[in-house]
Amino acid sequence: MASITTQIFQQLVNGLSLGSIYALIALGYTMVYGIIKLINFAHGDIMMVGAYSGWFAITALHLPFLPALLFSMVSCALLGVIIERIAYKPLRNASRIAALITAIGVSLFLEYGGMLVLTAQVRTYPPVFPETMYVVGGVYFKYGDIVMLVTSVVLMSLLHFTVQYTKVGKAMRAVSFDQEAALLMGINTNNIISYTFAIGSALAAAAGVLMGVYFNTIDPLMGIIPGLKAFVAAVLGGIGIIPGAMVGGLMLGLVESIVSGLGASTWRDAVAFLILILVLIIKPSGLFGKNVREKV
Amino acid sequence: MLVLEDVNVYYGAIHALKGISFEVNQGEIVTLIGSNGAGKSTSLKTISGLLRAKSGKITFKGENLAIVAPQSIVAKGISQVPEGRRVFANMTVIENLELGAYLRKDKTEIKKTMQHVYDLFPRLLERNTQISGTLSGGEQQMLAMGRALMSQPQLLLLDEPSMGLAPILVKQIFSIIKEINASGTTILLVEQNAHMALSIANRAYVLETGKIVLSGDSKELAASEEVRKAYLGG
Repeated sequence: MASITTQIFQQLVNGLSLGSIYALIALGYTMVYGIIKLINFAHGDIMMVGAYSGWFAITALHLPFLPALLFSMVSCALLGVIIERIAYKPLRNASRIAALITAIGVSLFLEYGGMLVLTAQVRTYPPVFPETMYVVGGVYFKYGDIVMLVTSVVLMSLLHFTVQYTKVGKAMRAVSFDQEAALLMGINTNNIISYTFAIGSALAAAAGVLMGVYFNTIDPLMGIIPGLKAFVAAVLGGIGIIPGAMVGGLMLGLVESIVSGLGASTWRDAVAFLILILVLIIKPSGLFGKNVREKV
Repeated sequence: MLVLEDVNVYYGAIHALKGISFEVNQGEIVTLIGSNGAGKSTSLKTISGLLRAKSGKITFKGENLAIVAPQSIVAKGISQVPEGRRVFANMTVIENLELGAYLRKDKTEIKKTMQHVYDLFPRLLERNTQISGTLSGGEQQMLAMGRALMSQPQLLLLDEPSMGLAPILVKQIFSIIKEINASGTTILLVEQNAHMALSIANRAYVLETGKIVLSGDSKELAASEEVRKAYLGG
């Protein structure tokens, strides 16, 4: 009996670690969608670039974990802004399908550009953390699990604070609600959109580094599946809604590790997409989505 | 203060403003009246930079507005209350007001302006932590006006402030417009409710399908046969 309970707790720990990665990626999806109504399918690949920049910082620049994480976040923030300016901004007034197709194009560009530059060879992340295990009541916590959870929670709290209480955050919410009205306030909407891409991409980069550290290996196509799963997480929480992305990510991680724990780990991905289908059928606006009614 | 000369604006192939010229002098309340689609809102959007004139000149205190980015026009001293209020319904009343002062830096001065807005609209103070989407239409109109005043504009552009409001609220809003004007803000008012607009304005322009067809002192216009027939219900 006790072993079943510890099993469950063990899966919860694993699920939260994995889920916090999904949540970090999902935040970028949801923020970009919130502000320019674009599903940025290149987002998972930005995470991949983040994983590689972190790997580069650790192996070539010999930086410890935190500086490497920051290095990767800053590089990807820049990359996100550049992608937005070059690929998406010219399509601001084009149809949404044009922007969506462009996003898929950017995604393929990063994947196969990555193959070209970095080769398809799988790289190994150096062990940045000690192999320490903590055992609490029979449940194993890897040192890496804890770092992952703490990093995610810190980043998400920072994001929450930024969006709720800073001037830029308020401007972001204003632009995402009504761009024209935001312009009338004197808000430079182009800059705010750039900030949004920068923040979203930096969070994806952090997720990339954490993934590298957690799973040890990285490759140029590593962004595809986590990217899609994070998209599922964002839709599950309600696309465009920041707390939704956090909760959606954590829930998806939990569901996946429970499915694995039940011995059906090959069904993990299928379950994730089954959730997407169910959400779209039952509550397309997501868990946190509400039908906004306008008063006149 | 504000001068439009021979301004032409297009929506794609549609010629929305056909060589419009008018001016607003410091301290005045000027109103643009006319029916739906006459180009009233288009005129305001062109002044605030949301739309661009294809030709013609728009100057504010001698400065050419055509080369100013829309988000910088607020900094020149022009603030617009858009049609349909367009408050940020997902944010609180205070947050909306703070965004109105987005370009201002001095926190204590901003607080003073906010106090002034609360004096004009006590209802907003009562509701200041409420999400603005839950306000009534009249309260949202007050919020939209308060938000526009937060930038301390010299010229306030008002687009259909009476739209969808009960008559008693319309009266209240219009008396506040007069109060704002009395404290030194010049006002350009766009209205379908010509009767109310003419009652508070100094001068008026009548628009019809993108052209100015009549202009003059608002009392004279209100008395003129043409305006009475077309806009005041005989």
